[in-house]
Amino acid sequence: MKQENFLWTAVKFGLIGGAIAIFLCLIGMVEIFSKRDVIEGIITLGHFILVATAVSTGYIAARRAIESLDNNQPVYSLTAGLVAGLFTGLLLAFLVLFGNQVNLRAVFLNASPALYDLLTFGRGVSGVWLLPILGAGCGLLGAAFLLLPETARRPMMRGILFLFFMALFSGLFRVVLINQGDAWSTAAKYLFGQTGMTLPGALIFFFGIVALSFLLSSQGKNIQTRLNSLPKQGKLTLRILLLALIAYIALGLPLVSGPFIAQVIVIISLYILMGLGLNITLGFAGLLDLGFVAFYAIGAYTVGLLTSYGPFGLQHIPFWVAVPIAVLVAMMFGAFLGLPVLGVRGDYLAIATLGFGEIVRLLAGSDFLAPFFGGPRGIIGIQKPCLGTLGPFTTVDVPRVCNGIELGKPEHIYYVAVVSAIIIAFVAWRLRESRLGRAWMAIREDEDVAEALGINLVQTKLLAYILGAAFAGLGGAIFTVLVGSIFASSMQLLVSINVVALIIVGGMGSIPGVIVGAIALIGLPELLREVSEFRFLIYGTTLILMMLLKPEGLWPSQAAKRELHHADAENLTAEHMI
Amino acid sequence: MTPILVTKKVTKRFGGLVAVNGVDFEIPEKSIVSIIGPNGAGKTTFFNCITGFSHADEGEIIFEGTSIQRLRPDQITRLGISRTYQNIRLFADMTALENILVGEHAFLHSSWISAVLGLPGVIQEEKNALAEAQRLLNFVDLQGKGDMLARNLPYGAQRRLEIARALATKPKLLLLDEPSAGMNPRESEDLTDFIRHLRDELGITILLIEHHMRVVMGISEYVTVLDYGEKIAEGTPAEIQRNPRVIEAYLGRGAATEGMATAHERFANKKPSGGAEDVHVNS
Repeated sequence: MKQENFLWTAVKFGLIGGAIAIFLCLIGMVEIFSKRDVIEGIITLGHFILVATAVSTGYIAARRAIESLDNNQPVYSLTAGLVAGLFTGLLLAFLVLFGNQVNLRAVFLNASPALYDLLTFGRGVSGVWLLPILGAGCGLLGAAFLLLPETARRPMMRGILFLFFMALFSGLFRVVLINQGDAWSTAAKYLFGQTGMTLPGALIFFFGIVALSFLLSSQGKNIQTRLNSLPKQGKLTLRILLLALIAYIALGLPLVSGPFIAQVIVIISLYILMGLGLNITLGFAGLLDLGFVAFYAIGAYTVGLLTSYGPFGLQHIPFWVAVPIAVLVAMMFGAFLGLPVLGVRGDYLAIATLGFGEIVRLLAGSDFLAPFFGGPRGIIGIQKPCLGTLGPFTTVDVPRVCNGIELGKPEHIYYVAVVSAIIIAFVAWRLRESRLGRAWMAIREDEDVAEALGINLVQTKLLAYILGAAFAGLGGAIFTVLVGSIFASSMQLLVSINVVALIIVGGMGSIPGVIVGAIALIGLPELLREVSEFRFLIYGTTLILMMLLKPEGLWPSQAAKRELHHADAENLTAEHMI
Repeated sequence: MTPILVTKKVTKRFGGLVAVNGVDFEIPEKSIVSIIGPNGAGKTTFFNCITGFSHADEGEIIFEGTSIQRLRPDQITRLGISRTYQNIRLFADMTALENILVGEHAFLHSSWISAVLGLPGVIQEEKNALAEAQRLLNFVDLQGKGDMLARNLPYGAQRRLEIARALATKPKLLLLDEPSAGMNPRESEDLTDFIRHLRDELGITILLIEHHMRVVMGISEYVTVLDYGEKIAEGTPAEIQRNPRVIEAYLGRGAATEGMATAHERFANKKPSGGAEDVHVNS
């Protein structure tokens, strides 16, 4: 009875895995990803995601088998994995056979012959038998992986993940390294291929990471104690060295990487600025603002109107003067939004702010205000920042002459954006540690009690809106000069949602979390063109997985870590007491 | 002695329900006063009116000569009234020390700009605030627990931390809402000593809501009894124990006739909460 049970469970998981695999095929992910290799000539990214699906299915089925059976003999879990993988493969085989009989393309655009070719490794229908066998093999592999001891499993998992990421970015690494001179160039060509890692490269990285991870897990404690036992002076030097290294890389990066990566980093920095801003309102004070893009728009339009040499330029002042004004205007609008929604809590606040965001976007793009904001045509001809003095304004559509260095290229804006992000991160950190930061957290935890302890709710909440708006306004100002124009259509609700998502993924209330979240949610899709097609699918999946597996975020603040795992914490304190 | 707090004909309605009905009340300075009454008598609502959580519909509340019934809770706190809650309301996911630091908020003055700039004044103020928080932590006997999350503290410690947080606002009048709830006899005895200590050492006037009669009778100088939102009696503990209306409110109409001595005994030994309601319903 029991054995029947566990086999049936394995079949169920196999069918679920198969459904996921078919889904990935039919939305075109497999086909598009197959243009990129994980390891050149061995496995494409498209095949990799299918293999990963089958292996995970086997792994999960095997784990279920161990849980449901009292005896955890390897035979049972291996069988479960095998069965699960087999059914995943069978479903894929069914897709190929069915697709060859019935024209699926009428409904599923991506169910093309090319997809079937990919699935059967170019053998057509006669190669269908390969799929169940490969599926079963993958499932077995997943189950075997489960049977490995924890100490071996973790480093291998890290190795595979790292390899995967290296493969995704191998093209970038290759280009960057080839520009670095002959020695680097040879190494790069040895390790990275045109579309993925080379076999030796993959092996070196995989085993390198496995060895490193293994070493860290066995020696980690040792290193930790040795670091802790360092004298204070030593620790300080170490920290300074680390900071210097990061600064060196950050400063040198755009010179090495070229404009494309510099531009991606600018966009990441902008989202970091907005993320840090929303992190104050949402992460610290617990006020969910879904119209955050409004402040970004206000910062952008202020700089645009103040610096543009196009037809809508009101003033033609230098960027450096316009930025503080833009930040001030954004702050004013922060107060303007904050006042009416002071008494609104929770879900209602989210809806109210959502409305505010839409109002700003619609007004800016409206025909009614077109004489001032350019309507749908936007504001163009925004003066680039100039290190030095600007020549006089002559006439519309002619930029002012810059006597000095004009910061026109993405590499230049990169420095502006990165420096701003660093300053703002510092400001956010200081705010959190201050009296105001404590008041925000108290409001987040219990508004009534906070008020009864002498915290002025009106003032404190307004400051959360105002300071959050200031950060977003700065982001908008920098974005404007990067692009050189503003269009109301780019101030979509989606931007606000991106910012909320990156905070959730990074970790609510955590400053490093915002940075990690921005890199993960904004940077990766920008860098990987293939991925950006499936951006929202990946967003959605990531958010759901995060909520299920790591609700405190990738880099949680200490408090959130304790909050969401307080059961563990309680055990811990109990142990301490004993 | 001059009263520190006076309420005149305070009335609070929730729809058709009159939760507090024309209560006249006085607390002499540096005294310990208890409000007792069966469950649902309006004690906590009365507390809420004093602390500004809800505004009295009628009447006046005067604290040290100033009328406060129209002020916000934070303004009232700044004037010197602080409170604890019936069901502990600590900031559960902040550390014990942070909880107390929030309590000090009203007496710190650094602006956010100077905090961002890290001006020496701010650093000094934070240092003093931390030292004060540490002192209060030691005062409520929680030394060494400063970095623990409030939620991970044992129940009794949470009660004491809540009092420490209330003390951080430098109150002249401290309102304790059922401080001994859920405590065993030994713990409530410690609490009695602690409350007396607060009054004697710090000169704080104390108003408490309490169900635990042993605590009430042992500690209070004056007792006020509420029933159905109305004040039905006030006086010294001894007077209250003999008051037939009080005994009736607590033990039911039958009890009043059933021979004073036994009723008196039962009343004096009354255990906290729940029981009072049961008796009331049964009568």
